[in-house]
Amino acid sequence: MEIEENFLYTKEHEWVSIEDNIATMGISDYAQEALGDVTYVELPEEETEVEQFEQFVSVESVKAASDIFAPMGGKVIEVNRKLEDTPGLINKDCYGKGWIAKIDVRDMDESTNLMSAEEYRNFLESLH
Amino acid sequence: METSLNNTPLADVHVALGAKMVGFGGWNMPLQYESILAEWEYNRKTVSLFDCSHMGEFMIKGDAVACGLDRIVVQTIVDMPVNTCRYGAMLNENGGVIDDLIVYRKGPEDWMVVVNAANIEKDAAHFRAHLNANARFEDASFKTAKLDLQGPRSRDVLKVLVPGIEQLTYYAFGQFQIAGTPCLISRTGYTGELGYEIYCPWEKCKEIWQNILDNDTVKPTGLGVRDVLRVEMCYSLYGHELDETISPLEAGLDKFIDGNKDFIGRKAVSARPPQRTIGCFTSTSRKSPRAGNKIFDAAGNDIGVVTSGTFSPALQAGIGIGFMSRHSKEAGGQVFFGDEKNKAAAIVAKRPFYKNGSLKA
Repeated sequence: MEIEENFLYTKEHEWVSIEDNIATMGISDYAQEALGDVTYVELPEEETEVEQFEQFVSVESVKAASDIFAPMGGKVIEVNRKLEDTPGLINKDCYGKGWIAKIDVRDMDESTNLMSAEEYRNFLESLH
Repeated sequence: METSLNNTPLADVHVALGAKMVGFGGWNMPLQYESILAEWEYNRKTVSLFDCSHMGEFMIKGDAVACGLDRIVVQTIVDMPVNTCRYGAMLNENGGVIDDLIVYRKGPEDWMVVVNAANIEKDAAHFRAHLNANARFEDASFKTAKLDLQGPRSRDVLKVLVPGIEQLTYYAFGQFQIAGTPCLISRTGYTGELGYEIYCPWEKCKEIWQNILDNDTVKPTGLGVRDVLRVEMCYSLYGHELDETISPLEAGLDKFIDGNKDFIGRKAVSARPPQRTIGCFTSTSRKSPRAGNKIFDAAGNDIGVVTSGTFSPALQAGIGIGFMSRHSKEAGGQVFFGDEKNKAAAIVAKRPFYKNGSLKA
């Protein structure tokens, strides 16, 4: 299971990478593996205001739909439109081309509610 | 993992091959080996092998009418030629579907009935209760394994192992041998592709599985894609489109029912005009309907419920099967699926969704 070292993680298996107040987010390798082939991503509208850990995206695989939660609160400023036609990018490159949304972070202190790569690795081990 | 799950003879083989295992109908079964989309592609274009040993097999000996079998199942069986099989169902006294099943005629008074895995116990109890004293009944489910070889290349693969298999026509079967083991092989399946169901002794199943997989053209496949394939064909799955509260007329089983004979549940079925009807629809996007979603008409009225839904790799869109009020089933009509807050658009479709299968090739 691949874990990107410099990213932060949620217990719901979202990752986030924060640079200059902008949080780029997606789902972890563990999550994409568990979901299987992603067939549809219901993206939020840009400009939507979201709270940390609020459901704001839905990812569908062949057999199920899963809620995805905002790892940081703020305004959605960009969504990955490539996922509309090629949702499989999430399976192929979940930490890169399979990113889902960018959020203009409201309160950087919320990052203390997230796990480091090391903590996430331990968290995944605790699930087994 | 639940410890109470039954294992097929191949459970450890699936794990060794890297399958993701899942509980299904009380059985520990492979969901997928590779990915559902990759396995879909392989089945529709080449040939896949499924372990279906979880399904139930009952052996019945007796004259069709005199032993009571004819009264238990809704389909015509008295005129079936030996070595053919026929799809149908059995009903309770209230006209609800106890199970859908296939009757195989092995001899003039020698029958095999194949039922769903989750229903083996209740089905066996129903047969024991309603067969006459002169019938011989055996639940052979745990002695009989079943492998499904499905896909346009299935005949090419099987004819190397089983000389004469090319002669088998749709819904016919015969007694053959694979590597010296007697097998009953029928030209049937649940995928919409040319294919065979191979019934073999439980203890020989591993050997036969390996014999077939030794052909590099064949790949093992899980139940995940099996469900996608059957929804693309609009085939019913017990517990979704069929159950003990659903009338067979509502479920679209009317064409399998023999209207000229007496069978258990017949009076109740006739006395209850269908209130709704099974239908299918295609999402206008990649968003897929899911079992339990509501169905709405163009005006937003609640007109039914989704029984099965999936993403269709063939259509590159979501597809659904569900019960709808009878007037709303016109193909091409606009419907919506989802809930009151979140509705997605769909178009009523004609069954099956997938029309290019090699089924009758």
